[in-house]
Amino acid sequence: MSGVAIRLNGEPRALPGPWAIADLIDDLGFTGKRIAVEVNGQIVPRSHYGEIRLAADDRVEVVVAVGGG
Amino acid sequence: MGYMDTQCAGPLDTPFVMGGETFRSRLLVGTGKYRDFAQTRDAIEASGAQIVTVAIRRTNIGQEAGQPNLLEVIDPRRYTILPNTAGCYSAMEAVRTLRLGRELLDGHDLVKLEVLGSKETLFPNMPETLKAAEILVRDGFRVMVYCSDDPVQARMLEEIGCVAIMPLASLIGSGMGILNPWNLRIIIDQARVPVIVDAGVGTASDAAIAMELGCDGVLMNTAIAAAGDPVRMALAMRQGVEAGRNAFLAGRMPRREYQASPSSPAEGLLG
Repeated sequence: MSGVAIRLNGEPRALPGPWAIADLIDDLGFTGKRIAVEVNGQIVPRSHYGEIRLAADDRVEVVVAVGGG
Repeated sequence: MGYMDTQCAGPLDTPFVMGGETFRSRLLVGTGKYRDFAQTRDAIEASGAQIVTVAIRRTNIGQEAGQPNLLEVIDPRRYTILPNTAGCYSAMEAVRTLRLGRELLDGHDLVKLEVLGSKETLFPNMPETLKAAEILVRDGFRVMVYCSDDPVQARMLEEIGCVAIMPLASLIGSGMGILNPWNLRIIIDQARVPVIVDAGVGTASDAAIAMELGCDGVLMNTAIAAAGDPVRMALAMRQGVEAGRNAFLAGRMPRREYQASPSSPAEGLLG
């Protein structure tokens, strides 16, 4: 299986294969955490993390709530 | 329940209804600039606030896994979390950010919109704010909106369907207090949705002044977080908002600019 090069939060990242979003989230240690995910500008509902597979050049954003006013 | 509210041992207030929800506290607080999460939690607790703002940011990949998350400290089951669009300079960035915020909060749609127009002053870009408000309202969000203290644009935002109008009192994070009470009065008098002073409050008397003007609430962050003792200042702000609100409801005495009036009887003085 060949690697998949994506952009994660603006930075290049190489995945070992066509991971599901859930695999990436797990790898990042965010499983079960309050995050939101966008792929190529489209929000991915949490319930779809297991189904959607990442492809080359996908732009993935993972966001959290931080302190702000 | 009668005239006296058993909880605060004072006369009853009218309910604070915003976006169809009723709130007890009229102080809204941010979560930025605190020393750590423990101080954030303690200050928010002391403030009595029910509505708490957060920012939406990219995760710091590789650094955060295992670290506590703000929403584990500020529990969304206990507080109404208000995602903001701080740092957004266009309508589309703001809309995108709030859609992510809604997903993050399981569909919760009460949000704080702010579209900035200047990095130095953080003044709002009102044309972009109006544009974003239209898109968000159409998309089903309940929009609380940071805006300039221009009564005409405040009315436009209300007509679009924003659930709260939030004019600045002075620049964000400046602590300069209420610089234009007259504009705020015009906005308050004409508005049919809650008006919340957002930005500029520096100390408890500023919060009281905002409430005495007739604002429905005050939103602040730096005034608490950058105080010498943020937890004590949070309590002072709570009391300032309550004092100002009660003074507004009570109706202040008329000003007598040229004539004093003794409080003690003028008769019966020792001859």
